[in-house]
Amino acid sequence: MPVKTLSDGRKAWQRRDSKSQLTRWFFTLIGVAIFVWCWNRISEATTWFFVWDAPSIAGDILARATPPRWSYIEKLWVPIWDTLNIATLGTIGALILAVPVAFMAARNTTPSTLFIRPIALLIIVSTRSINSLIWALLLIAIIGPGVFAGVVAIAIRSIGFCAKLLYEAIEEIDVAQTEAIASTGASRWQVMAFGIVPQILPAFAGISVFRWDINIRESTVLGLVGAGGIGLQLSSSLNVLAWPQVALILIVILMAVVLGEWVSAKVRSAII
Amino acid sequence: MSAALQARVGQRWRKPAFIKRPWLRYTLLIGTFLYLVAAIASIEVNWSRVYEGLDRGVAFIASFTNPDFTSRATDIWEGMIESLIMTVASSVVGILISIPIGLGAARNIAPLPVYVICRGIVAVSRALQEIIVAILLVAIFGFGPLAGFMTLSFATIGFLSKLLAEDIESMDKSQAEAIRATGSRWMQWINYGVQPQFMPRLIGLSMYRLDINFRESTILGLVGAGGIGATLNTAFDRYEFDTAAAILILIIGTVMFLEYVSGLIRARVQ
Amino acid sequence: MLRLVELDKTYPTGDKALKSVDLEVPQGQVLALIGPSGAGKSTLIRCINRLVEPTSGSVFLGDVDLTKLGSGALRRERRRMGMIFQEYALVERLTVMENVLSGRLGYVGFWRSFTRRFPQSDVDEAFRLLDRVGLLEMADKRADELSGGQRQRVGICRALIQNPALLLVDEPTASLDPKTSRQIMRLICELCAERDLAAIINIHDVALAQMFVQRVVGLRFGAIEFDGPPDALTPDVLTRIYGEEDWEATIEKVEDEDEMVTA
Repeated sequence: MPVKTLSDGRKAWQRRDSKSQLTRWFFTLIGVAIFVWCWNRISEATTWFFVWDAPSIAGDILARATPPRWSYIEKLWVPIWDTLNIATLGTIGALILAVPVAFMAARNTTPSTLFIRPIALLIIVSTRSINSLIWALLLIAIIGPGVFAGVVAIAIRSIGFCAKLLYEAIEEIDVAQTEAIASTGASRWQVMAFGIVPQILPAFAGISVFRWDINIRESTVLGLVGAGGIGLQLSSSLNVLAWPQVALILIVILMAVVLGEWVSAKVRSAII
Repeated sequence: MSAALQARVGQRWRKPAFIKRPWLRYTLLIGTFLYLVAAIASIEVNWSRVYEGLDRGVAFIASFTNPDFTSRATDIWEGMIESLIMTVASSVVGILISIPIGLGAARNIAPLPVYVICRGIVAVSRALQEIIVAILLVAIFGFGPLAGFMTLSFATIGFLSKLLAEDIESMDKSQAEAIRATGSRWMQWINYGVQPQFMPRLIGLSMYRLDINFRESTILGLVGAGGIGATLNTAFDRYEFDTAAAILILIIGTVMFLEYVSGLIRARVQ
Repeated sequence: MLRLVELDKTYPTGDKALKSVDLEVPQGQVLALIGPSGAGKSTLIRCINRLVEPTSGSVFLGDVDLTKLGSGALRRERRRMGMIFQEYALVERLTVMENVLSGRLGYVGFWRSFTRRFPQSDVDEAFRLLDRVGLLEMADKRADELSGGQRQRVGICRALIQNPALLLVDEPTASLDPKTSRQIMRLICELCAERDLAAIINIHDVALAQMFVQRVVGLRFGAIEFDGPPDALTPDVLTRIYGEEDWEATIEKVEDEDEMVTA
């Protein structure tokens, strides 16, 4: 127990001894210094005149944006449909690709720990670290703008996410059940179908719905870089500063997000 | 042989269906099938364009073996630094703000009016996409990292406060009650009875959020809110795949590094 | 029928789980394997059907040396060895019927098993076995809805539908209450007698083993310490296997007052 002897000889209890207290102060100081430096850099790159003017600009935008142009909704039905498709088809595509990757990445099912597992992990890390908007940019450069690029971008982005959660589920399965199936003389694939798949099916269903919910959000903004969906309308309305249309689109996106979350919560509680 | 067995032997056996009611099962099946057909049919794919693109795709993948860090070195360097700065600053501010809001959004320690307001903030923050918030903030505050910083802070608040509040709501009541029973003030009660219970998880979640903030900061540049995104966008626009590859490698490397560090820290505090 | 010759198992950690074990089990004999935890009982059973690869030595099932087989041939031989597990090891999210039928996986192709179209003879046999153990009504229930004793009976059906020559039974009663334990042990021994099966039963409970089996083998530190009839288990022998303890109460004959296993 850290105890300090006071100048008059009495002992006083302390939470930490003076050495760990010092290191703590030291790291706090470094932390604060880094933050201050970061803030300075941001501040240098900022035109503070605009910032002081921000309240009036915000008020101005709000005044222009209200009321939303409700009649514009007629032009939004097709983009909404596209957005839904990008999310759904992208999720399905991602799941089809993620399942083999997950089996290759899980320690207990990988065919080779030395060669195949690192490749699978690399696929997971690289697809996960790069945002779907960047994937969309890349795909537009390669296969041209449109809904298809959006579907592929969402699919690629979701592989790593789904495969990671899935392979963690595979690694957590009960080995006794697979052993029991193997001991009946079942083949490798039968062990997979009877011993492993039933155990990870609930996790798989949960992951799919969870990712679909996220993908609904992401697909609403893919259009900003030209990959289809309602983001295209948002981008073109912003370009011409048509704030009433922007307001309507934002409302639609909000509703889509809330609806997506509601559906996914419903489905998940039905599964589990 | 019992009568029940008699009735079963010789009969076909089928696995009981997942959805018991036949009409619901078939409606769902046919509905899903029709939707998929309609969805796939509504996607226009310009296959000749895709075919042409394959060359570019191969070129892009090939460029990963030969990334170009040098020709746009200053742009890349400044972009990455700016992304990191926004990440750090927004994480710090976001975490500091999300603690009081998280406390306020926990029904078991906050009074109802505070609870409603804090839950409202959380809901708004979670429903709005980062990139959309960034667009609005750029329009209001002008181009630059300040808008990005504010966007990420705002998103951090929604993420952390919600998880924090859920954590506090599911905490062990008896520990908190024991502290309250000593006659402590509200602040003391939080400090001694509640804080020790959520602190390890808060640190873990904060590290996780730092990681997310960095990944998000790489795209904010697309709408002018600072960071590496602008450089990356330019690289793609000019088909400079080797520069783009270099940036992507940097992003992936940084994310892996952050995940590694956060793993270390989480292992230490838990 | 089953013959182990100088079977050795050393784990990568350096633990010697089995030291040159020789054992012969004739057809129709039920054998109990006793010994302290860590004596290598579980390893011995798993080395026979090669869920654990033996380090050296041979396992003969009939005339076939199991340790020399490739994976395809091993799978064909595994069909002749039914295994019953400690924690039942049923696939919990599958139905009782699917669990029983999974015993036939070695006999049907992948696609037929994947679409659950097992041959009618297998389906009939599954129903007969479920009826025999009193679980016919449970056929379409999910395995995790059953109680411990019921699950172990499903595990027995899964092993028997393989039409095995040998049963490998790993602590069948370890997670069951005393009454259910006896019922399960009796069921296994009855079924072995009905079908003239040999069985190796790993068991902790010495009294329970004495009640039902014809031969007891005691394992200590991976080597056979005792091999003989159940009445030859004197306190002296138990001390050799388990170490010093007062054994009189353990081997006292317990009166068997339970009725037959019924539905």
